Amino acid sequence: MDYFNETIDLLHKKLADKEITAESLTKDTLQNINDKEAKLNAYVTVNDQATEDAKKVDEKGIEGRLSGIPVAIKDNILTKGVLTTASSKILSNFMPIYDATVTEKLKNAGAINVGKTNLDEFAMGSSTETSYYGTSHNAWDYTKVPGGSSGGSAAAVASGDVIAALGTDTGGSIRQPASFNGIFGIKPTYGRVSRWGVIAFASSLDQVGVMSKRVEDSAEVLTTIAGHDVHDSTSSEKEVPDYRANLNKDMHGVKIAVPKEFWHEGTDPEVLKTVDEAIETYKKLGATVEEVSLPSLKHAVEVYYVIASSEASSNLQRYDGVRYGFRAKDVKNIKELFVNSRSEGFGDEVKRRIMLGTFTLSAGAYDAYFKKAAQVRTIFINELKAVLDKYDLIAGPVTTSTAFGIGEKIDDPLAMYMNDILTIPANLAGLPAASVPAGTVNGLPVGLQLMANSFDEQAIFNAAYALQEENKFYEQIPTALKEED
Amino acid sequence: MNFETTIGLEVHVELKTNSKMFSPSPVAYGAEPNTNTNVIDFGFPGVLPSVNKGGYRLGVMVALALNAEIEKHTHFDRKNYFYPDNPKAYQLTQHEKPLGHDGWLEVEVNGEKKKIGIEELHVEEDAGKNTHHGNSSYVDLNRQGTPLVEIVSKADMHTPDEAYAYLEKLRQIVQFTGASDVKMEEGSMRVDTNISITPIGSDKLGTKVELKNLNSFNYVRMGLAYEEKRQAAILKNGGTIGQETRRFDEKTGETVLMRVKSGADDYRYFPEPDLPAFNIDPSWIKEIKDSLPEPAEERRNRYINELGIPEYDAGVLTDTKEMSDFFDETVKYDANPKLVSNWLMGEVNGYLNEKKIGLLDTKLTPEHLAKMINLISDGTISSKIAKKVFQETISNGTEPEGWVKEKGMVQESDPAVLKPMIVDVLDNNQQSIDDFKNGKDRAVGFLIGQIMKKTRGQANPKVVNKILMEELNIR
Amino acid sequence: MISKEEVLHVAELANLKLKDNEVDGFVSQLDDIVTMASQLSTVDTEGVEPTYHMSDTTTVFRADEGKHTQTREELLENVPEVQDNLIKVPSIVDKEDGE
Repeated sequence: MDYFNETIDLLHKKLADKEITAESLTKDTLQNINDKEAKLNAYVTVNDQATEDAKKVDEKGIEGRLSGIPVAIKDNILTKGVLTTASSKILSNFMPIYDATVTEKLKNAGAINVGKTNLDEFAMGSSTETSYYGTSHNAWDYTKVPGGSSGGSAAAVASGDVIAALGTDTGGSIRQPASFNGIFGIKPTYGRVSRWGVIAFASSLDQVGVMSKRVEDSAEVLTTIAGHDVHDSTSSEKEVPDYRANLNKDMHGVKIAVPKEFWHEGTDPEVLKTVDEAIETYKKLGATVEEVSLPSLKHAVEVYYVIASSEASSNLQRYDGVRYGFRAKDVKNIKELFVNSRSEGFGDEVKRRIMLGTFTLSAGAYDAYFKKAAQVRTIFINELKAVLDKYDLIAGPVTTSTAFGIGEKIDDPLAMYMNDILTIPANLAGLPAASVPAGTVNGLPVGLQLMANSFDEQAIFNAAYALQEENKFYEQIPTALKEED
Repeated sequence: MNFETTIGLEVHVELKTNSKMFSPSPVAYGAEPNTNTNVIDFGFPGVLPSVNKGGYRLGVMVALALNAEIEKHTHFDRKNYFYPDNPKAYQLTQHEKPLGHDGWLEVEVNGEKKKIGIEELHVEEDAGKNTHHGNSSYVDLNRQGTPLVEIVSKADMHTPDEAYAYLEKLRQIVQFTGASDVKMEEGSMRVDTNISITPIGSDKLGTKVELKNLNSFNYVRMGLAYEEKRQAAILKNGGTIGQETRRFDEKTGETVLMRVKSGADDYRYFPEPDLPAFNIDPSWIKEIKDSLPEPAEERRNRYINELGIPEYDAGVLTDTKEMSDFFDETVKYDANPKLVSNWLMGEVNGYLNEKKIGLLDTKLTPEHLAKMINLISDGTISSKIAKKVFQETISNGTEPEGWVKEKGMVQESDPAVLKPMIVDVLDNNQQSIDDFKNGKDRAVGFLIGQIMKKTRGQANPKVVNKILMEELNIR
Repeated sequence: MISKEEVLHVAELANLKLKDNEVDGFVSQLDDIVTMASQLSTVDTEGVEPTYHMSDTTTVFRADEGKHTQTREELLENVPEVQDNLIKVPSIVDKEDGE
C-alpha cells in the first residue's frame, strides 16, 4: 500500500464505506514502510503498536476525516509509550510518559501514528546527517540528502509511506526538506500550534507543521492540530479556520511581493528559473506580482544563529544524565556525570550550537551578540511587516539549490548555515510559510516558498492549491522509486 | 583604625500558594519524596511553564506591604546553572524587570528610628532538595518550583543589630500580609547577607563577603558581628579581604570559608522565550492593595488608642499575625480587651512556651477564650476555677460554659444562698467573733475558710466577704 | 574572534568536555561562526527594542489550583538510578546546596 494516488478525502470515503478497515490500512502501511526502510531510513522507530491502535479505531467506528488514517510523526514530538529520541544518543532510551498536544489531537481525531521519523539531532541541521540514527535518503535520488531537519518526514511522504507527516520548523526544517522532496510543507504562524511536548530547539522560533503531497491534506491536518493550549502560554487564542473547507484557488486580486534579495547570485540559476515560472503561473492566474526589497536579509543568518543557538544552549541544559536519557558510566562525582553524559550523549553539531549559544549569552558577549541580534530581529520583522501590509504573499525560492549529496557539506558548518538564508525570515518574524512543489531541475524537485501575514495560513493554502491544480506535481513518482519498479 | 560596616540582606520567602509558580503541582511541606511533582518539575523534554496568578498576586502583596513600586511591564528570565536539584538547569526568575522596586521599611534600634531601603523584589521558583549519604546524593523534587519572593535590601544597614531589626520587621510585615508563614525553621524564610567594612572616612567600599547558612535571626547577628571583627583584624594587619562566600558555624559561633568567588559564575540570564511578556494591570494592583490585611503597625496603634491596651502589651500582641488575629477575634465576642490581652500574654503565652507550640496548634478558639473571660467577669467562676477551665479548653477544646456547669464549678454568688451558711458558721464560732471584736483580723480569714469549706470552694469570695462583714458588724 | 581560552571556558559553562584532538577544530569552526555573527555590529540599532517574545498574547496567567498530573511511579520510570523514591546521583562534591 502506498499513498501516491490517495488523499485524505478518498481514504476517508473508503474507511467510512468499510471498503477497507483502519487495521488493514495500517498493516499495509507498515508493510510498505518496512519494505523501503533499508533504502530510505526515514524512521527512528516504526510503531509496532500501530495495528493495535487501528483496531481500536475500527471498534469505535470511523468518525472524523482523520479517523483510521495512518500518519508519521517527527521524532522530536512526544508520543506516550513510543520511544522519542530527537535522533540523539542522549535520548536514545527516552520513553515519554505524556503526549505532545499535537499527538493528543491527532489521536483524538483517530489518526494512527505509524512511526517516528528521523531528523537531524535535536533538529539542528539541514540534511539529517547529524542524526544519531544515520542519514535518511532522498526518495528522488538515494545518494542525496532528504534535507532537514524534518528529512525523515519528507522522505516518508515523498515515497508514499504515509498521506501526511508532522514536522517542526525552526529555521526551515519543514520547508527545505519539502522542497528537496517535491512535497508540500507548511510552517504555521508562531503560536498557531501548541509546542507542549515538542522537544525544544529554539523556543521563540520553533513551530510544528505538516507535510503532505497534496495541499488539501496539510490543510486538513493543520486544522486538526492547531489551536490554543493552556499548556503553552505562547499559543494563540485566535480561532482556527477550517483551512481545507475554505480552500479557494482563485488568484485574481491576490498581491504577491517578490523580494529581490531572494534572487541571490549564490542561488542555482536553474532553481531560480523554476521559481520564476511558478510566479509567472500566478500572474497568468490573475495575481499581481511586484518586486520589493528586504535590505536586512543579509543579516538574517547572523540573527538566526545567535538567537537559535542561545535559546538552544539553555533548552538543552536539562540533558544532564540525572532524570532521564543517557547517563555516562563510571563517574566519580556529579560534575563528571554532567560532563560525561553530555559529551558522550551529544553529537558534534549539537555541541557546536550549544557552545555558540553559551558564548553569545555569556557575560561580556550578551550585549554584542544576543541583545544585538534581538534588536536586528526587530528591524527585520518591521521590514517584513511593511511588505505584508501591502501584499498578501511573499514569494521566492526555498533553497539555494536542489538536494545536495550526502557528505557533501557536512564538514563545513558555515556553508551549511548559509543554506538557510531563504527560510529563516519566516521564523524570525513568526510568519506562516510553506514550500510548494514548483518543478524539477535535473530530476530533483524545487519548491516555491510562500509567506503570508501572521495567522493568514489560508492565503498560503489557497495560492499553493492554485499552483498545485496547475502543475499537478503530485502525479510525479520520485525517480529513485520508479527505477526500482 | 576604626571601620564602618555596610550590610545588605537577601531574603527568600516561600509564598503560600496551592500550586507551584510555573507548574500546577500541589505545594505541601513535608510530603513523601517526589510525590508533589509532574513532568514540568522533572524538566522533561517538551514541557513548558505557566505562571501561577496566585503566586504573582502574593508577590505583589509583599511588595506593596513594603512600600515598593510595582513594575507594570515585566517578563521572566532564565538563570542558567547546573545542579541536580535544578532540573532544567535554569531557574525561572525576574532578573531584568523585578516585580517591585524601591521599597522601604522602618526599624527602631536603640530608640532611634531608621528607614531601610529595599532595592527590589522578584518572584522565582525554588529548587528541589539534595541529601547526601556516602558516595551518593539523592534528589527530591517536591520543593522544585515552589513560589518564592526574593527581597533584596539596599546596603543601608551598618550594624548587626540593624540587620537583626530589619529581619524582625520584615518577617512581621510579610507575616501580616498572610503571603507566607515566614518560618526560618521550616525554610519558608531564608537569609543571605553581604557584609563589607571600610576605614571610616574612606570613600571606597570594602570587599563584599557573602554569608550563608544562617538558620535564625540570632545567627545572622552573631555571624555579622563575627565578620566585622574578623575583617577588621585582617585590615589592621595590612591584609586584604577576599571575595568569598562564608558559612556560619553554629557550634563555634565563627564563620568558615565555603568558597572563593572566582568570577567563573556566569548565569547567562536571558528573557524566558517560553512565556509571553507580562503587563500588570494597575486596577489589579489597586485591588490587591485594597485587599491587604491591616498591617502590624496599624493594629498596634488601634490597640493603644481605641482599646486602651498599654504600649508594651500592644507590641507583644502584634508580634505575630496569629496572635493579633486571635486577639481581634476574641474581642469581637464581647470580651474585655484588656482582660483578653492579659490572658493572651499571661496564661496563653505561658502554655505555648511550656509546650513549645504555636497558638494555632492548640485547641483554644477565640470564642471559648471570650466566654471564659466573661464567666470570670460576671462572677460565674472564680479566677482559681478559671485556671482549670483554661487548661481544659486549650488542651481539649472544651466549651467553657457547659463544662463549668457540668462539673459544678459555677461560683455561688447568690446572697440568699450564702447568708444562711454564713450565719450558721458564725453561730458555731463565737470565739472567732470575739477575736474579731478584739481587733484580731486573722479571725476573718479563719471564718472565710470555714465558709469556703462548707460551699466546697464555690462561694464567690467577694460576696462572702461582704455578707460576713455585715453579719459581724451586727453581732 | 574567539580564543582557545574562551572556547574552553564556554565548554566549562556548558558542561562539555572537548577531546584534545577536537579542541582546535572547534576553535576554528566557532571562530568562523562568531566572526560571521560579528557582522551584526555593522547594523545601527540605536533605540531599537529587542524582540525576545514572539507570542501574540501577553500576561497569560494560570489559576492557582494544585493538581497531580502524573504519578511518582511514572515520573521515576525514566530515571537511571532510583533509591527509596529518590533520584540517585553520584556524590555532589561542592556541598553548597543550591541557590
